[in-house]
Amino acid sequence: MSDIKKFMYVNRTAPYGTIYAWESLEVVLIGAAFEQDVACAFVDDGVYQLVKGQDTSDLGIKNFSPTYAALGDYDVNKIYVEKESLEARGLTIDDLMDLKYEDEDDDWAEKDSIHVVTAAELADILEQQEVVFSF
Amino acid sequence: MSTLHTVNKSPFDRNSLETCLRLAGKGNAVVLLEDGVYGAMQGSNASGMVEKAMSDVSIYVLGADMKARGVDESKIIDGIKVIDYKGFVDLTVENDKVNAWL
Repeated sequence: MSDIKKFMYVNRTAPYGTIYAWESLEVVLIGAAFEQDVACAFVDDGVYQLVKGQDTSDLGIKNFSPTYAALGDYDVNKIYVEKESLEARGLTIDDLMDLKYEDEDDDWAEKDSIHVVTAAELADILEQQEVVFSF
Repeated sequence: MSTLHTVNKSPFDRNSLETCLRLAGKGNAVVLLEDGVYGAMQGSNASGMVEKAMSDVSIYVLGADMKARGVDESKIIDGIKVIDYKGFVDLTVENDKVNAWL
């Protein structure tokens, strides 16, 4: 496909109270399957989606958090987490899943997908997008 | 690149407006619609935040949604522009993308 656009998915909800987080993840994978230039932002309660150690076994619903680790295989490696949202919730990057991807332009070196950015940096990143989806 | 942001929730119900104003780029436009129009009112706990943001972004409010909720134009923060649906369409055309803060 020649018409590649910069797609940004903005996630602002926690994972299991509503369906938004899971739906977003599904749509992110669809966008990636169509070979678009996909980025994700996690803001406000959206940062809870990336917290490690999620276990829904007592709820009888699917734990979809392992799917985030597969994003790197779909060339989704621009995952931005807003620093202010993390700090407001008493979280650091160490509380989040360790998401990696293999950089084909750098001899398949393993690199971090998650980038913690300030609100000002994220505002600039949002400005560079062509399409924004909100969840 | 220019962005039109829309906020359709009350600032007293959700933090959509607060986050929108924190992440909007300089010179961007913000439209307050549906329950978002309450964020345009003077003298509320949210109005200071909105007035502060107005040095960086242009804020608009949809008149039909104000009218439906009994929000008179005289109660709106100075500098916020009241628009109709045509004005809303014009803003979507003038900007190259829309970011909807739900």
